[in-house]
Amino acid sequence: MKILACYTLPTSGEAYVNGISIYDQPLKIRQTIGYLPEQNPLYNDLYVIEYLEFLYRLHHLKGNRKKRIAEMIEMTGLGDEKHKKIGQLSKGYRQRVGLAQSLIHNPDVLILDEPTSGLDPNQIVDIRNLIREIGKTRTVLLSSHILQEVQAICSRIIIIDKGKIVADDITEKLLKMPVSLATVRVRFKNTVEKESLSSLPVKDILYKDNYWFITSEDAEIREKIYEFAVSSGNIILELSQETGNLEQIFQQLTQKP
Amino acid sequence: MFSVYLKEIKSFFSGIIGYLVIIVFFAINGIFLWIVPETNIYATGYATLDQLFEIAPWVFLFLVPAITMRTFSEERKSGTFEILLTKPVNDLQLLLGKYFASITLIAISILPTLIYYYSVYHLAVPVGNVDSGGIWGSYIGLLLLGSSYAAIGIFTSVITDNQIIAFIISMLLSFFFYLLLDLLRGLIVISPIDPVLEYLSINTHYISISRGVLDSRDLLYFISFSALFIVIAKMIIEKRKW
Repeated sequence: MKILACYTLPTSGEAYVNGISIYDQPLKIRQTIGYLPEQNPLYNDLYVIEYLEFLYRLHHLKGNRKKRIAEMIEMTGLGDEKHKKIGQLSKGYRQRVGLAQSLIHNPDVLILDEPTSGLDPNQIVDIRNLIREIGKTRTVLLSSHILQEVQAICSRIIIIDKGKIVADDITEKLLKMPVSLATVRVRFKNTVEKESLSSLPVKDILYKDNYWFITSEDAEIREKIYEFAVSSGNIILELSQETGNLEQIFQQLTQKP
Repeated sequence: MFSVYLKEIKSFFSGIIGYLVIIVFFAINGIFLWIVPETNIYATGYATLDQLFEIAPWVFLFLVPAITMRTFSEERKSGTFEILLTKPVNDLQLLLGKYFASITLIAISILPTLIYYYSVYHLAVPVGNVDSGGIWGSYIGLLLLGSSYAAIGIFTSVITDNQIIAFIISMLLSFFFYLLLDLLRGLIVISPIDPVLEYLSINTHYISISRGVLDSRDLLYFISFSALFIVIAKMIIEKRKW
């Protein structure tokens, strides 16, 4: 991400943003991207509006400055805080200032490095909605360790393990990927002892609210559970396979045996 | 460049630094010029501002590094440097923006001392019997001297992300170029490098301009002096970045 934002040069290889090489025209790329670093560094001694004015000038933007800044404040919901110094703002509002920073010049590509880290749940939802809104009209490249977040926001997912791309697909397709580690949810009519279930080729067993969650590497685990129920004279009321979530896929792809 | 310049000026005056520099410069010079018995204006008996221009370079030795130490060190420490370097500005624009902002603050801090000029002007007998040419030359010399210190300060701020280290190194470097070179000449009396040392010393050119003669050689010296440090700073930024 730092390479794409033209902050560091790669040790090897090439990188392009919108077909422009980072070696040839870094200044032009910087004009077309918005970048929000992970730590979201800000000038604590400047007022929110002053900071946005500084960025506006830094990008050599033309047009009505006040109007554009008012738009950004409106868009990122900074209305109540615009007359405060950045140093006085809470983490959530700082993140909004950071987003305003990366958006003020209306970039084609937005690069966000862990935009929701360190926020409370309400702030996370707000920022996610904002990113989804922004993503409708431009490309957003987002990195995150929170996989539910990725699943919720992104339309295409790239999983990188130790610098190598291990998966690159649109979200729906990636989620349908066969998972060798499957979890089955079962409900038996009669009570079952945990020990007796252990005879099955299972990896993990969990009992919660009348349901057994059985995790196994065996592809035919459902058949085996049926056979188990028949042989022990029990009746299965419900049996379903949990849909593979991104976390399982991620683990499967990045954990080498 | 202008955007960086404006932001720096705002930073100076949104905190206490800007005002502090102006007040301290005005006060220290005032104390030496009017109050301290040995150096005050009555002791010399002449209506001149010579004492001011002798003390001011020493005051700047502390104040200018204090202005410039944060320019890059702070950006690097807080990480805002990463934002700046991913914006469409090149390194030279960044450096010059900050350099000119520092010079502006130096110029603003010199301004109030014009009151001293006014006082001396009216103290003279008859009124106005002062060496105005010399005084204006000295003011220009002082500003150029300040700008050399500023270039040194920007350079040291680029090398380290610790402001205190930046402050101390730039103070020492400034002192070295201001006076130490001159003092070294006193040690090595006749030597082929003597004219080199003389030429390199800021003091030589400062005194030369203080006489009220704006020599293009002195101007060239000050401009190339600042340019040298800015260019080295630019090379360091480029090297660090990659």
